[in-house]
Parts: sequence; C-alpha cells; structure tokens
Amino acid sequence: MTVRFEIGFTRYLAPNGKLVPGLPPFAADAKTIIPLYEAMVRARVFDAKAVALWRTGRLGTFASSLGQEAVAVGAASAMQETDVLLPSFREHGAQLWRGVTPVELLLYWGGDERGSDFKGPRQDFPVCVPVASHVPHAVGVALACKLRRERRAALCILGDGATSKGDVAEALNIAGVWRLPVVFVINNNQWAISVPVSRQTAAETLAQKGIAAGIPSLQVDGNDVVAVRMAVAGALERARTGGGASLIEAITYRLADHTTADDASRYRDDADVSPHWLEEPLIRVRTFLTEAGLWSKKDEEHLLQETTAEIEAAATAYLGIPTQNVSTIFDYTFEKLPEDLVTQRQHALGRRVQSAAPPAVQS
Amino acid sequence: MAELKMVQSINLALARAMEEDARVLVLGEDVGVDGGVFRATEGLLGRFGADRVLDTPLAEAAIAGLSVGLAAQGFRPVAEIQFTGFIYPTIDQLANHASRLRTRTRGRLTCPMVLRSPAGGGIRAVEHHSESPEAMLAQIPGLRVVIPSSPLKAYGLLLAAIRDPDPVVFLEPTRLYRAFMEETPDDGAALPLDSCFIQREGSHVTLVAWGAMLRDALGAADLLAQEGTEAEVIDVATLKPLDEATILESVAKTGRCVIAHEAPLTAGFGAEIAARLAGRGLTSLLAPVERVTGYDTVMPLPRLEAAYLPGQDEIAAAARRTMSYK
Repeated sequence: MTVRFEIGFTRYLAPNGKLVPGLPPFAADAKTIIPLYEAMVRARVFDAKAVALWRTGRLGTFASSLGQEAVAVGAASAMQETDVLLPSFREHGAQLWRGVTPVELLLYWGGDERGSDFKGPRQDFPVCVPVASHVPHAVGVALACKLRRERRAALCILGDGATSKGDVAEALNIAGVWRLPVVFVINNNQWAISVPVSRQTAAETLAQKGIAAGIPSLQVDGNDVVAVRMAVAGALERARTGGGASLIEAITYRLADHTTADDASRYRDDADVSPHWLEEPLIRVRTFLTEAGLWSKKDEEHLLQETTAEIEAAATAYLGIPTQNVSTIFDYTFEKLPEDLVTQRQHALGRRVQSAAPPAVQS
Repeated sequence: MAELKMVQSINLALARAMEEDARVLVLGEDVGVDGGVFRATEGLLGRFGADRVLDTPLAEAAIAGLSVGLAAQGFRPVAEIQFTGFIYPTIDQLANHASRLRTRTRGRLTCPMVLRSPAGGGIRAVEHHSESPEAMLAQIPGLRVVIPSSPLKAYGLLLAAIRDPDPVVFLEPTRLYRAFMEETPDDGAALPLDSCFIQREGSHVTLVAWGAMLRDALGAADLLAQEGTEAEVIDVATLKPLDEATILESVAKTGRCVIAHEAPLTAGFGAEIAARLAGRGLTSLLAPVERVTGYDTVMPLPRLEAAYLPGQDEIAAAARRTMSYK
C-alpha cells in the first residue's frame, strides 16, 4: 500500500497587502476585516505596555506575542462564544478577543491568580506554561461537547516546540480516532526559545503530524489574519457539526525574545530577524484596507489613541489592585479546607513576613 | 447483603456512582469490552453504554489530561491506569493541572476526577506492576491520595472519592483484589476522606499501616496479643490530607509506634508520620518510632518479591523492640 498526502498552504493577503486571489466569503465585505485589524493593534499595544511594565519592575516575566497577532486574533475571531479556548502562554490577542480583560492579563503576568479568574469567557482555560500539557485538556473538553451532543468545539493553540512532545501525539491520536470536535492551531513562530524548527524535527511540516493521526491538516500563512480566520472557522464549523478534529499550522515568526527573561541575540542575529519584519501581520492589512479606501491616516491615529488609552487605563487599574489576602494561598487548594491545612493556614496568617506588595506606581 | 471480594466492591461502587450521577464516566485502557484487566469495570459497558464507559487508546498522559478537560467541563471522570508502573506519565497532569486548576483559577474551573490504579506487590506480577508510589503522589498539593484496605473500605472510599469535588488518586492494593471477602452492603454510604480508621484498639503500642500492609499489621497484633501486648492498629486509608490527630491521640495512649508500608524507606509516607510524632507527639513517646518498610531498592522481580515485602513478623518484631526499649 502506498500512502500519499499533501499539505495545502493558504494565503489571502500577501505581505504587500495584495489579494491572492480574492477574499473568502466571510470577508466578501472587506469591512469585516477592520475589527480583526483593530484587535491585532490592541494586542500589540497591550504587548508593548506589558514589556514596558516589566522593564520598570512592575510586571513579572512576560512572553511577548510581537509579530504573531494574526494567529491569535484570526483563530479566536473564528470561535463562537460557547466554544472553549485552550491557549498556550503567547496568545494574548486571542484571550483579549474572547473577553479576557487587559487588567486580568496583567494581573496574571504580574503574579496574581485572580488574573485567571476570567469574568468573561468562564469556561476558557488559563494559559498553560508546561509546554503541550494543555493539548490533552482540549481533547477532554471536546469529548465533553461530543458526549453532550452540543454544537460546540474546543480550540487549542500550541507552539512549534510543543509538537515534539508526547502529549501532542497522544492528544492528536485520540482526537482523530474519536472524531472529536477540536481544532489544533500550531502557532509556528519557528523558535522554541533558542531551538529553530529545523533542529526541532526532520518532518517537512508540523501539519503532517495531524495527518499521521488521521486528522485533516493544512498550513496557512500565520501572518495573514484572513487566512487564519478562514481556515479556523471552517475547521471549527466542521468540528461542531460532527466532522471531527482538524489541525492548522499557522506559520509566523517570533520577532521578540522568547520572554522578557530571554536574550535572543545569544542564538540568532538581527540580520536573520529583520527580513521577517517585512512579513509581519499588521502592515499588510493596513495597506490592504487603505488601498481599498476603508482606512485612513485619521482612522489609524484614532485607533492608536483609543487603544493606548484603554491599555494605559488597564495598567493603572492593575497597579492599583492590592495583593490578595495570605489565606487565599489555602482557600482554593480544596473546596473545603482539610483540618491538616487549617493548621498550616493559621501558621501562614501568623507570619510576620511581608508578602510582595503589588508593584507600586512609580512617582 | 453479600460477601464481596475487593475487586467486586470496587465494581459495585463504580456502578452505584454511575447510577446516581450521570456525570460520572469510566475511562481507561481495556475498561470497556474487557472489563478491565483485573475486571474492576466488568459489566459497566453493557449497563451504561459506550458514552459512559470509554476504552481509550494506550496513552496514560492523555487519559489523565483529557480527564482534566472533562472535569473542567463538569463531568466526573473516573480514569483507570492499568498498573502502577504506568502511572508516572500522569504525574505531569496531576501535579501541574488536576491538583491546581481550582487554585489557579480561584475556583472558576475545578477538577473533580478520580484516577484509579492497582498498586503494590505480592501477586508475582511482571516487572513495573508492583510499586507503591503513594508518597510521591502525596507530595502534590491539592491532590487526595486514598488507599483502601478491604472490600468495605474500597466501596465507601471510592464512592466518597467520586463524589468529592477535587481530584483523588485511588490506589487499589492488587493483592487485596481477591484476597478475602467482606460483607459489603450496596447502601451508597461513603466513608470519610479525612479520617484514619482505628481498626483494633489496644493500649501498649500503635501499629500504623494502609492498604495491603494493614492485614500484616493486624496479623502482627494477633501475634503480639499472644504475648500479652495489646496493639492498637490504625488504617491511614486517606494518606493525604492526613488525619494526624487520630495517630497522635493513639500514641499519647500507647507511647510506642510502628509504621509499616511497602514503599521504600527514604522519604516514604512513614517518614511524614514519624516526623509528626517527633514534633507534636514527642512527649508521648516512650521509645523511638519504628518503620517497617520496603528497601531503597528497585522492586525485585517475583522470585525475590517475598524477600522485599515486609510482613507481620517484621512488624511484630519492631513492636517488641519498642516494648523493650529502655
């Protein structure tokens, strides 16, 4: 038996803002692209503010999503409210689109668990730091949807590094064999900290790992928000209607360091990075919208002004939130605190140490 | 009422839990058509259907991980890990996710799942089938660790574990599955998950054990009784969270304590109990706390298994040492 497969690659908006070949149905009215652009700008402004807060010691280590906004926004914008998002730790744009607030995100990255108690998307998972370990959760969420015969699906975003882990192989396999309503989006930013994809795997594509699990899999230009949105929307709709799982490898590039604790100059040259600035996801949409007569310099200024004001206000609000009471270390360990922990909680409450205050607003 | 073996009482508890709560699912390798390699899930597929009894692909990390996803969505998954040696890939999910989902999200998402696994030695099983990893698991905050010592305890504790709103690891001593029978009424009564059981009262020495070793502790108590030593035997069926009060109270009475477990000595759960006695129980102690445990070695293959596993004679000898301590 000979098995052959092909991995398709989809792109609608080229880096120069030109359409190849035309817009997909959801964007037949090109105005529908405007909210996607606005969301990507919002993610980028948020990102810059988070890094700035870190630089001044007012936020913990932060994973920037600079240059990858189209993956996050394109994927999340394809979701319905009742779908469930399971992000890795670099999908701020997706979480913001879903209704997680900038204050909540800052609170989480600023070292406070309340940042994962989303008031908006109550069923969405918090970020996942142990790489790939959230991918099986998406399979469980999808199984729950399927067993209840609900028209919902799970959307799991994972990185290129995650695809080297057994968790992903196990999760893809189960999602395939049980035809579960789940869409896996690989945010292939081409770097797992210092290891490029070329040294991560000998497979020609990451998408073909889905083929091995019997899952329809394809590649999209991860810097093309239209292509990401189109591919994920189709996959989610197929998932919700009994068509099973899909995998989408979105090819993008990590323009920033891995996190604020990383120094990418140790393992890659600026000369390697700079060509990728020509392909980043925002410019092409702005060019397209401008050429289509749907976006002006004034619109751009207005958007930046509004978004910056929103994020600045969020930062101020975040900085003003007092640290949680010490007892909360214990309060959510179990639904009801066992006797053994009551003793330990009393001890903690009696300690005279000062827990880290929230980062003060600099005068 | 019926006399049941432990594997039957576990089956009964699973069926009861599935009957009373449609959110309860049973999943794992070979739990469906085959009824589990030990037959703990026998008949459940026929009775509750393939939507509630799921034969999974062979993927322990994903079994635990997808249980987290199911639990966060409001199901009550009861996952089986076929043998103890295969439980280690699940520890990532248990330690990083199941046990901390509630605290990470300040209670927004919770993880009411049970991970069942046969544990311990004594059945001449093949390699990697006989370990006792309870202390490793008990170190994980937010996770309950339960080990039944009889059919009746297994029934009541498993029901409690499934009804509990937080994750529970339920380790079933393999050698007790068919070792003896006990009257086990299917009355739906759960046992507490935060209390030691005083299995036999005595005033001279306290014997602490759990799981299969409880029978050895009781055997040792019989031997000691013939010599006029009255041993109190405590079953720490719910290791985590630990009910230290019951142990401290007993040792306050006896002044002597022997802790027995199959797992290796160093950093075994006996060390935790001994440390608590050395702390809050120090003034009660009339003799050093004795630990009767497995060795800090790899669990041997079946030919040497008996030389590794502690038994009632070692427990009784340790008790005599505490009695004669001057």
